[in-house]
Amino acid sequence: MDFPIFHLDFLNNRVLIAIIAILHVLINHALAVGFIPMVTFMEWLGFKTQDERWDKLAYKIMFVGFVITTTIGAMTGVGIWLSSSLINPYSIGSLIRVFFFAWFTEWIVFVTEVVLILIYFLTWKKSNASFRSKGKHILLGVGLSVASWFTMAIIVGILGFMMDTGNWLTERSLVHGFTNPIYLPQLAFRTPLAMVMAGAMGLFLTIVFTKKGEEIRYKALRFLGGWMLFWMPFSLAASLWYYKVIPTLMIGNMAVAVGTQDFQDWYNLLTKFIFGALGVSFIVALASRWKPQQVPAYAYVVPVIVMLGFAGIFERIREFIRKPYVIGNYMYSNGIRVDEYPLLQKEGVLKFATYVKHREVTEANKVEAGKDVFMVACSRCHTTSGINSIVSVFDRMYGGKGQPFPQGAMKNYIKNMHNARYYMPPFPGNEKELDALVSYIAQLQVYPESIEGAQTAGTPVQTTPEEIKQLSERILARKESERNDKQLAEKSNTEANLKQ
Amino acid sequence: MKTLLFILAQVPVPKDLDLPLPMPEWFLVGVLVVSFLLHIIFVDLMVGGVLLTLWFEWKGLRNKGYDALAHEIAKTVTVNKSLAVVLGVAPLLAINTLYTIYFYSANALTGLAWIMIIPLVTVAFLLTYAHKYSWEKLAQQKELHLAIIGVSALIFLFIPFIFLTNVNLMLFPEKWGTVKGFLEALMLPNVLPRYLFFIVGTLAVTGLFLFWYFGRQSYEFEEKLPDLNRYQVRKMFYGLAFGALAVQVALVGPILISTLPSKGISPTLVVTLLAGVALVAPALYWMWQDMTSPNPVHLDRHFGKVASLMLVTVLVMGSGRHIYRANAIEPHRELMAEKTAAYRELIAQHAQAMQNNPSGELLADAGGSAGEAVFQKNCSACHAQDVKVVGPPVTEMVSIYKNDPEGLKKWIKAPGKKRSDAPQMPGFAQLSDDELQALSEYILHIN
Repeated sequence: MDFPIFHLDFLNNRVLIAIIAILHVLINHALAVGFIPMVTFMEWLGFKTQDERWDKLAYKIMFVGFVITTTIGAMTGVGIWLSSSLINPYSIGSLIRVFFFAWFTEWIVFVTEVVLILIYFLTWKKSNASFRSKGKHILLGVGLSVASWFTMAIIVGILGFMMDTGNWLTERSLVHGFTNPIYLPQLAFRTPLAMVMAGAMGLFLTIVFTKKGEEIRYKALRFLGGWMLFWMPFSLAASLWYYKVIPTLMIGNMAVAVGTQDFQDWYNLLTKFIFGALGVSFIVALASRWKPQQVPAYAYVVPVIVMLGFAGIFERIREFIRKPYVIGNYMYSNGIRVDEYPLLQKEGVLKFATYVKHREVTEANKVEAGKDVFMVACSRCHTTSGINSIVSVFDRMYGGKGQPFPQGAMKNYIKNMHNARYYMPPFPGNEKELDALVSYIAQLQVYPESIEGAQTAGTPVQTTPEEIKQLSERILARKESERNDKQLAEKSNTEANLKQ
Repeated sequence: MKTLLFILAQVPVPKDLDLPLPMPEWFLVGVLVVSFLLHIIFVDLMVGGVLLTLWFEWKGLRNKGYDALAHEIAKTVTVNKSLAVVLGVAPLLAINTLYTIYFYSANALTGLAWIMIIPLVTVAFLLTYAHKYSWEKLAQQKELHLAIIGVSALIFLFIPFIFLTNVNLMLFPEKWGTVKGFLEALMLPNVLPRYLFFIVGTLAVTGLFLFWYFGRQSYEFEEKLPDLNRYQVRKMFYGLAFGALAVQVALVGPILISTLPSKGISPTLVVTLLAGVALVAPALYWMWQDMTSPNPVHLDRHFGKVASLMLVTVLVMGSGRHIYRANAIEPHRELMAEKTAAYRELIAQHAQAMQNNPSGELLADAGGSAGEAVFQKNCSACHAQDVKVVGPPVTEMVSIYKNDPEGLKKWIKAPGKKRSDAPQMPGFAQLSDDELQALSEYILHIN
C-alpha cells in the first residue's frame, strides 16, 4: 500500500526472514548467551586447579565461539532487520517506534558486549602472565556473560510483545509493551535452554579439540555433562511453564476453535521435542558425567542436532502463535492495521494504495486489479508459483487437480477464512476486489505466472497530480488558519495590554 | 511552493505509519548524525585496513619487512570490523525511525542487493579471519593467501555502493516509480561521486589512524617490525593521509558538490560545506610542516590539533549531509504528513459511522435468518449447498439428519472421523445452544 512491494515468488517472503532469524537465534543461544559463562567456568577451573590444559581447551573452544558470533552471528542480527524491512516494513517500522528506547539500550549493551568479547578473547594469552591478570581476565568473562544475557533479555521483551501486546493497546507506552504476559515465561525458558545448548556445543567441540585417551578430554566431558545435567531441570520446568502459557494466549487470539487442529499438531510436536530432545541430551550428558570413556565420539553430534531442533521448533511455534497478527490485536500479518479494516472493507484497499496499477476495479481490468489485490493482501505469506502458493492451497482444498476452481465457493471461503483458519487475517478489501482476486487466482490456475517484486520490476505509482494539488491546498489552508489564529491571539494580547 | 515540482512528475505520496515519533525530531537527528560518524570512522578503518593489508602484503613478496607490516595492519582490521558493525546499529535505528517511509521504499526497490549485504559481508569477515589466522600456515602459498584478502577487499569495495545507492534513492521519491532494480538506482546522479568521496576519505582516515597506531609508546615496533624504520613507516602513513585529504579538497569534494541535484541545496548547506573545507586547510598546512621538518621528533608536533580538526570536519560534513537530506525531502514530507492526517480523519469518521449504525461483520452477508448468519460465519468456508467443498454438501447433511436435529447438534459439537480422504472437522464447542438450534434448523429446512 504505502511501500513498493518487495516479493520473492519462489522462495516465499517469510522463508527469507525465517532462515536468517533462526540461524541468528541458534548462534546467539548456543555460542554466546550460554557459551560465554560455560567457557569462563572452564577457564576458572584451570585457574583453580592450576592446570593449564583446562585453559588451553577453553581457549580453543572460545575461538570457535568468537569467530562465529562476530561474523555470522553479528551479521544475521542485522539481517533480521534488513529482511523485515523488506518484507514487512509496516510491522518493523511500528515496532521500532514503540520500542525505540529498548533498541537504543540494546545498542549500548551490544557495544559493551562486542568490546568485552574483543578484549576477553584477544587478551586471553597475555593474561596468563600473572596470577593477578588471570583473575581479572576471569572477571571480564563474568562481565561479558552478563552483557550477553542482557542483550537477550531486552529482545525477548520485543518478541513477547509481538505475540501479546498486553495492556499496550490502551496505554501505548513502552513499559506496558514490555510487561506483556509472555515475557517472563519466555525469558525463563530461553536462559537454561541456552545453557543446555552451549553444553551440547561444548561436548562436541571438546571431542574435536582433544584426542582419544587424553586425560583432559574426559575431565572436560565430565564437567560439561554435569553442566548440562545442572541446567536441564530448569529447562524442563520452564518449558512446561511456557507450554502452559501458550494455550491461554492462543485462545485469546482465536476467533473460533476451528484452528485448534493446526495448533494441536504444533503443540503435540512441541511436547515430543521437549521430552525427546531433552531426553536424548540427558542420556548423553549422564553418560559423559559417569562413563565418558565409553561414549563413542559420534554420539556427541546428536545432542547438538536435537537441541538446535528444539530451539528451532520453539521459534516456529512462537511465530505460529502470534498469527493472524504481526503485532497482537493491532496489526495483521499483511501489514494492515485492525483500525483500517472497516474503512478498507467498505471502500476497498486499492483506493488508498499508493503502489498499485489500478485504484478502481472494472470489468476490463479485473484480472490486473486482482493481481494488485493479491500483492497488497496476500503476498506477505503466499506466492503464486513457489512455496505456499495460492494455487496449491486451493488445489488442496478443492481436491481438483486440474478441475477449474469453483469461483463462487472461493469467494465465500475467502470472506470467512479467518473463522475457519484463524491464523489468516480477514480479507481486507471489498466485494469488487474479492471478485477481482478470485478472477486472478482462477487465471493463475490456467496460466501460472510468477510475480516479480519491486526489487526487479520496479513499482507502479498511483498518486495523481490532482491528489497532490488537493494535499497542497490543504497544507496552505491549514497554514493560513494557523496564521490567522496567531494574529488573533496577538491582537487580543495587545488589547489586553492596552487596557492595563 | 516546491510541490509544483511534484505535480509535473509521477511522484508517489504514501501515508506514514500511524505511530508518533518516539522522541523529538532533534534528538533523533542528533543520534543519527553522531552515531553515524562513529560508525563510518570504523567502516573507514575496516575498508582502508583491508586495502592496505593487501597492498603491503603484495609489496612484501619482494621485501619481507612489508609482509610483517601487512600482518600488523590485518590484526587491526578484525577488531575494527566488529566495532563497525555494532556501531552501525544506532544510525540504522535512527534512520528507520526518522525516515521510515523513505528508507524502506529505497530498500524495497533495491531489495536483492540490499539483502545481499548480509551474506557478502559475512563472507568478507570470515575471509579476514581466515587470512589473519593462516599467515604462517600459508607462508609458502602466498598466491592463495593474497587471493583470500583480495576477495575480501573486492567485497568491501562493493558494499558501499549498496548503502550509497539506498541513501541516495531515498531522497528522490520522484524516481521511485521509474527505477527497476539496484543497477538502475546505482546509475542515478550523485551515487558515483559519493562513492569516490567515501573511498578517498577512507584512505585519509586509515592513514591518520595507522600513523597514531604505530607511534604509540606501548607499541613495540622494533620487536614486531625489525626490518622497518618506525619514522619512515609513520611518515608514509602521514603522507597517505595528507595526499588523500588534498585530493578530497581539491578534486573530489568539488565534483561531489557540483553534481548534487539542486533540490536539497540551500544557503545553510553552502556555508556548512565551506566551513568544512576551511577547517581542512590549517590541518593540511600543519601536516606538511611536520612531514617536511628535518627533525624527526617534529613528526608528531601538531598531530593532536590535526586529529581534532579532522574530527570536527567530519562532524560538519555529516551535518551537511543531513541538511541536504532534510532540504531534499522537506516538501514531500509535508505532503505525506497531510495525507496521513487526511487518512486518519477518514478512519475516524468511518469508525464513528459504524458506531452509529452497527452492522457487525461487513463482509459476512447478514441477510436472512439467524441460522443463516451462523452458517455463513462458521460453516460456509468448508460446506456449500450441493457440492463437496472441503467437507460434504448441505444436501448430504439433510439426507442423514433429516429427522434427527439432536444428532446433528451433537455432531457439530463433537464430530467424529468419517472419511479417510478428508480432514476431520473440528468441534464447535463455542456455539451457544441458541446458535446451535438456529443453525440446525437452518441446515435441515434449507430445502
